[in-house]
Amino acid sequence: MSDKRTCLYERHIRLGAKMVSFGGFEMPIQYTDIQDEHVAVRTACGVFDVSHMGEVLVTGKEAERFVQYIFTNDISGAPVGKIFYGMMLHPNGGTIDDLLVYKEGDERFFLVINAANIDKDYAWISEQAKKFDVVTENQSDYYGQLAIQGPKSEAVVEKVLGLPCQELVFYTFKKMDVEGETIIVSRTGYTGEDGFEIYASHGFIQQMWDKLIESGEAKPCGLGCRDTLRFEVGLPLYGDELTDELSPLEAGLGMFVKMDKEEFVGKDALAQLKAEGLKRKIVGIELEGRAIPRHGYEVVADDKVIGEVTTGYNSISTGKSVCMALLDIDYAKLDTPVQVRIHKKLQPGVVIKKRFYDKNYKK
Amino acid sequence: MAKVIEGLYYAESHEYVRVEGEYGYIGITDYAQSQLGNVVYVDMPEVDDEVTAGEEFGAVESVKAASDLFSPVSGTVVEVNEALEDEPELINKDAFGNWIIKVELSDKSELDNLMDAAAYEAICK
Repeated sequence: MSDKRTCLYERHIRLGAKMVSFGGFEMPIQYTDIQDEHVAVRTACGVFDVSHMGEVLVTGKEAERFVQYIFTNDISGAPVGKIFYGMMLHPNGGTIDDLLVYKEGDERFFLVINAANIDKDYAWISEQAKKFDVVTENQSDYYGQLAIQGPKSEAVVEKVLGLPCQELVFYTFKKMDVEGETIIVSRTGYTGEDGFEIYASHGFIQQMWDKLIESGEAKPCGLGCRDTLRFEVGLPLYGDELTDELSPLEAGLGMFVKMDKEEFVGKDALAQLKAEGLKRKIVGIELEGRAIPRHGYEVVADDKVIGEVTTGYNSISTGKSVCMALLDIDYAKLDTPVQVRIHKKLQPGVVIKKRFYDKNYKK
Repeated sequence: MAKVIEGLYYAESHEYVRVEGEYGYIGITDYAQSQLGNVVYVDMPEVDDEVTAGEEFGAVESVKAASDLFSPVSGTVVEVNEALEDEPELINKDAFGNWIIKVELSDKSELDNLMDAAAYEAICK
């Protein structure tokens, strides 16, 4: 099956981007250099094409009850305009996907899901929806999406795009009527910096991209630095730190799972997991040297394999070689000495918090 | 355009050998560094390790990926370029000036299996 292209594909090619396959899409991994793009987001402003992300609209009388049922976070009593992060789980507690839920109205919710999981998620959502008085619509082909990220992103969105966004606080959104269509602007992102995400038609997304690039105020950034940025602040990537076989509790994302909520798919399995105690957990590891731990590398302690690396880099912001890894619970405590097998050699390191750089959100 | 230097021996896997007497200095070519992008780490063997022609002896790594290094010749490592431990980016600045390992060659006839500058230049197009 050949990869899909986003509405900005031709523009990426014209900018000389290096393209890779990601989540069933042909996406830019970098335009010039991952490090320069990473630094632009940490210090100024970068723009990402994230049109590969999927969108599902849920409407109807039982929309809230339905979202509560398939989602781990608790959206009850939330005001319109609020956004929640959480997961959809299998009945056995494994993670189907992590997603954002936008509350558009008491009977209207907008779900943002990962590109690679669109078909799987929508099949699951439609199946579960049969038990509720709701209508679901996969709008992934309609929406394009831009992420404008970095400490200068508010100024860029206001001045270059002319979209008032100053009053939005983190994890809220508003719908705006612009040029005959309704767009969604949210203060969200996946970089650990302040930033915005904009959902609109392909034509509108193309216009905004052109304005941003022509202004020179936002550096075009690829998925390469999107990964290094999210990694440094300990955000999970589905496929690495969350999978069909891994629960959010083991991924260290328990704060997005509300066990005191009435009922949701996977709750019983998680309750059991909690009662029995976790057997493995995702932690951070900092290595002494510069050797780079990468996805799939073995983690060793007491002469046995005790886990594997889920994501690792030489951190661009700190210069240290660090990784997230799924470890046996016996070795998951802070300060536990462990080794990572890198090119046959065992590199010494220590378990630390899986946040290698502090977030700079605008609360 | 990537630079190619006369007088060196080149492997298809984009390493070079500069021969001085019984010794060979092994590094990656300018073409290889340009394809790889910013080098952030070089994994090197240790002094006294044996390397074998055609076999892996380390890796050069960019932010995103590790690329194995293959030795163009066989021999014993007598020196590693320690400057690369702290400044792996030297490879991007001058790939031919910053060799990775110095090897005492065990079989100079292996050099006959490698390419000269003209032949290597042709495969980089």
